[in-house]
Amino acid sequence: MVGRSLISASELGRDQYEYLFREASKFNKSRPLLGKIVGLAFFEPSTRTYLSFETAAKRLGASVIGFQSEASTSVAKGENLGDTVRMLSSYADLIVMRHKFDGAAKFASSLATVPVINAGDGKHEHPTQALVDLYSIWKKFGGIDGLVYGLLGDLKYSRTINSLLRALDKFQPKKVYLISPPQLRTRQEILEKLKLPYEEVSKVDEVVGELDVMYVTRIQRERFPDEFEYMKVRDSYRVDQRVVQSMKEGSVVMHPLPRVNEIDRRVDGDPRAYYFKQASLAVEIRMALLDWILGGQ
Amino acid sequence: MEGELIVRKIKDGTVIDHIPQGKALLLLRLIGITGAEGYRLAVVSNVESRKMGKKDIIKVEGKELMGYEVELIALVAPTVTINIVRNYEVIEKRKISPPRIVRRLLKCPNNSCITNNDPEATSEFQLINQTPLLLSCSFCETMLNGEQVVKQLLGE
Repeated sequence: MVGRSLISASELGRDQYEYLFREASKFNKSRPLLGKIVGLAFFEPSTRTYLSFETAAKRLGASVIGFQSEASTSVAKGENLGDTVRMLSSYADLIVMRHKFDGAAKFASSLATVPVINAGDGKHEHPTQALVDLYSIWKKFGGIDGLVYGLLGDLKYSRTINSLLRALDKFQPKKVYLISPPQLRTRQEILEKLKLPYEEVSKVDEVVGELDVMYVTRIQRERFPDEFEYMKVRDSYRVDQRVVQSMKEGSVVMHPLPRVNEIDRRVDGDPRAYYFKQASLAVEIRMALLDWILGGQ
Repeated sequence: MEGELIVRKIKDGTVIDHIPQGKALLLLRLIGITGAEGYRLAVVSNVESRKMGKKDIIKVEGKELMGYEVELIALVAPTVTINIVRNYEVIEKRKISPPRIVRRLLKCPNNSCITNNDPEATSEFQLINQTPLLLSCSFCETMLNGEQVVKQLLGE
């Protein structure tokens, strides 16, 4: 992985995921990336991903340069993406990039002379979120195999779902339920490449008692043709205390965050609420990834 | 060539054979031959073929097909064979197959693909399946099927 880009969650094999999980959980190198520079090119706003990459880089001893929105760069003055990437790749040893257009990270990696990590490209992929998600599950259950997963919400336009499915596909989950309204089902180009056992269902109540992991994403209002259609489905995908209490003991509720109102705040106190712990694990797994790609000593 | 009896041999040019039945006129449109260019042109449709049951044939006198024209044909009719004729003899018989990578020719149907939003990011598709034709955008993975390809190539 040294010197390589990471654009899609499908690029890592099971052994590589497990290597990163082990490294992240026992990371004890002292500032292995001292003298390196990590470029954070966030053309789209982000809180958690930006800050966790920045923290990870700094904890490894690297310096960080970058920006958090197009408005603060020359892109706002009309500079194109390619020129920004070329400039940044001559300053930094690695670029972490988020962009609103699908495929932007792959395009950037074709121009950059340093590795590019995709930190979210449109509705396409977000492979390091999948790393955070699987690492959180690995920490909780000691492994990824044999568990029953329920992915809930907007499965059509969610880049975290695409990457999570591709990462899960490297393991042997017992079953993956894809729970969404019919108009927000997972895209065919993602589904047809999967080998894992999955089933598409419309209602969370049908499967909630079976789940070890419930992974919630936001139902996006803007994806519906009209407000009435949105109102009809909204509440069937809201995770409240009633839903969580139907889950097994020892199961978890996860969310890539930020949440809006898809998880009732009263769920936060339930022992199954795992999303804040999940967010807190982002730094160490991203440390393991940066160290791996930059070949820290 | 079973269509030979209907139209006489050409002296110099291209014979496009083994065209799927009914697709000859579509191929002509794809390679931009309208009839106004002055080439002697024969289009034979629905003739018997041992391999295909029925097939179409095109004969164009005075024109040898260029690489990109062959590529266009290969995308929508991979069964085709191209015969280059000089002085009444077939000097080259080419079986064609669609390119594994199609660059610049097609537009990604996904409006939020980087190739539709950055002047430097040119389109690129990978061949997923030959028959029926299926391509996948190398950047955002959006699929493009044969019908969409034909529509794009005809500018519809």
